[in-house]
Amino acid sequence: MRFSFAGVEYEGREGETLAAALVRNGVLGGFRSPYRDRPRGVFSDGEEEPNALVRVGDEPLARATLVELEEGLVAEPVAGKGRLEPPRRERRYDSMHAHCDVLVVGAGPAGRAAAAAGGGDVILAELGRCAPLDGVRVLERTAVVGLYDGNLAVAVERGRRLWRIRARRIVLATGAVERPTLFEDNDRPGVMLAGAFKRYGRPAGATPVSGGFTPRVQLWRQAGGRLRWDDRVGAPVPDGELRAVACAGSVTGEGLPDAPPFALPDGEEGRIFVDLERDATVADVRRAVAAGLRSVEHVKRYTTIGTGPGQGRTSGVLATRVAAELLGVHPGELGTTTARPPYLPVPFALLAGRNRGPLFDPVRVTPLHERHVELGAVFEDVGQWKRPRYYPRSGEEMDAAVLRECAAVRERVGMQDVSTLGKIDVQGPDAAELLDRLYTNLISTLPVGMCRYGVMCRADGMVFDDGVVMRLGEGRFLCTTTTGNAAAVLAWMEEWLQTEWPELRVWLASVTEQWAAVAVAGPDAREFLQPLTGVALDAASFPFMAIREGEVVGIPARVCRVSFSGELAFEVWVDGRRGHELWRALEGAGGATPYGTEAMHVLRAEKAYPIVGQDTDGTVTPQDLGMDWVVSKKKGHFVGKRSFDRPDTSRADRKQLVAVLPADPDELLPEGAQLVADPDVPPPVPMLGHVTSSYRSAALGRTFALALVRGGRGRVGETVHAPLEDRVVPAVLAEPVLYDPEGRRRDGRPA
Amino acid sequence: MLIPCPWCGERDELEFSYGGEAGVPYPADPAALTDGEWAAYLFVRANPKGPFRERWVHAHGCRRWFDLTRDTATHEILG
Repeated sequence: MRFSFAGVEYEGREGETLAAALVRNGVLGGFRSPYRDRPRGVFSDGEEEPNALVRVGDEPLARATLVELEEGLVAEPVAGKGRLEPPRRERRYDSMHAHCDVLVVGAGPAGRAAAAAGGGDVILAELGRCAPLDGVRVLERTAVVGLYDGNLAVAVERGRRLWRIRARRIVLATGAVERPTLFEDNDRPGVMLAGAFKRYGRPAGATPVSGGFTPRVQLWRQAGGRLRWDDRVGAPVPDGELRAVACAGSVTGEGLPDAPPFALPDGEEGRIFVDLERDATVADVRRAVAAGLRSVEHVKRYTTIGTGPGQGRTSGVLATRVAAELLGVHPGELGTTTARPPYLPVPFALLAGRNRGPLFDPVRVTPLHERHVELGAVFEDVGQWKRPRYYPRSGEEMDAAVLRECAAVRERVGMQDVSTLGKIDVQGPDAAELLDRLYTNLISTLPVGMCRYGVMCRADGMVFDDGVVMRLGEGRFLCTTTTGNAAAVLAWMEEWLQTEWPELRVWLASVTEQWAAVAVAGPDAREFLQPLTGVALDAASFPFMAIREGEVVGIPARVCRVSFSGELAFEVWVDGRRGHELWRALEGAGGATPYGTEAMHVLRAEKAYPIVGQDTDGTVTPQDLGMDWVVSKKKGHFVGKRSFDRPDTSRADRKQLVAVLPADPDELLPEGAQLVADPDVPPPVPMLGHVTSSYRSAALGRTFALALVRGGRGRVGETVHAPLEDRVVPAVLAEPVLYDPEGRRRDGRPA
Repeated sequence: MLIPCPWCGERDELEFSYGGEAGVPYPADPAALTDGEWAAYLFVRANPKGPFRERWVHAHGCRRWFDLTRDTATHEILG
């Protein structure tokens, strides 16, 4: 077969590696060193190859000794460092999981013997080619690159498939790698390890060298094994025992020839190479030692020896011996470097496998999603959910769309898909008791058919989540959570139930996806919705925070009078499978403007309703948010209560939620902006707090923000400053509720 | 790391969430504690090198909580 190297065509043979073919074609050079641009050639015939690095197709840095020839293969030499370029075509990488009783790494004589000895289900992994073995699962061209806790081995097959192998026992038969020797210009093309020289058929013009053998102890080290210096082989060997990992064959040092005596050679030390990949020489090691470095870890960092792609395979022990010689100590006194995964370079794309692009993280959409797409919604990610952020009309920018949507809700009526809210079904005779212990306010007093806003705190008193609790029966509740926190809240409830209060008879189930929900909000909500339902919506029959069951547009529905905008609002909940139908019917009725999360955020911020995770950050109590009313004074106990008496939570200078009105009503403060009292004092300028939410308000006709400010409620009326990159913005602190502070719009358009 | 769930058997650690030190019960009467005792419950946990009794939950499995003893230096699970 034909292949080309550096633009020249050669004849190759089936089953040959690129390096073998080059040597057989008389190409002993053809490579350059990375830093000193010295000519180099094939040095070995294995994964330890330091010189013969090539670019093949999209693979930027392959070892010619591991590249199997293919018809028409095109290889370009690379001087030490590959360059990553966008792949010409996406490669698909796979991953496999396997379990076995014994995993044998390396199919030399010791490895084959260990595999043949059996012991149950056996996998034999070999870096190169490997003959089949009876009763053994053989993975050839497979590099075991990492050993992890619990005997998890990670291996790469043909560079394309990632294996995660759980083995009860692992036998490392990884063998030994030949060491170079030191002499002046020992990096010249043609100088090659003696074993490789022999296996390449003693190529004319090549010079074999051998400085003994270094056991491949990297995987043993990764598994947590110790090493000891072995004087006979002149290298570290495995020491002691591990519970489930053993070594076999020459990796133990047994059977290896005696190392030749070691001495520093004569000659110009700057031309006696220790690490070919880093162009590092005896002179570099001498400099490191002269600088006072004593351990091999330090010498490695100073000289970069062993930091190339080969990770010291051929250079590590040499560097130790040189340093020991220069220091006049035994090499065993200098310690060893740490071997970490991966043993061979692994592309990130291989580790990612198919978990990329759309498969990287699941995308969750509501039953109404298709319609949002048709309406031209711009989506935002909320956790894994796609939520409509706003619905631009043709030619409309985001700001204009959001102002229009907000105005529709404040002045007429809007509708929003709120199906993403987390929903937890809580049932059982002790359900009310559980919720009393987890929410800061009283839940057990809630009448059936009513709902209540609730806040949950961690034991440290900091706000964890909020939502609406509906009482559907004596022992049946439905709790909503913030969209991004649904799983965490369910886990939180389960944890308390299982670990602290197992005596409570309560059952929990996530029903987030079983329901679709649409909020209909605005002063005309009642007029809009009443013709579509038999449920009486007038204020007397359907008071605030009440729940009614009935039909809406002919679909069985649960309707709740809750409001996240301060306007009269009804949430219509239906079977998730009929959510699309509900939305289309509401749209068809005409008059309700679809609004997205951005308008919802503006509307709630005008009312200072906090968003957990945006206006809070795990250091904020309900009191900091100005919500003392949500913390029960009557209840003897609930999670978080004790912490409200801690000195830290009753400090007067805690950060409190306030509104911020920039002096210039068109100035939109960036969220996250720091607030200071006086921007002109010399640094460090004391920070008063920061902006957590910031919007343009249609109702207020100006911009506004919410901020957490030290002792904020006591500073209302004060001017603060937000130092931005190019200017300082003055703003006045205000009471947090900027819109309808009396709550007169809750029941509809005020008379 | 393989974690033995008492309900499901050995499973990969990816399926579990960690719950910190075991045997730190929620105080029966938090109001009776001094600020110092309450702060110790909230914030102070042992962090030994070696065997450690700790809580885990099989979050991506049966969702049950359980305790086990793990050597924090070797990740060996001792029971």
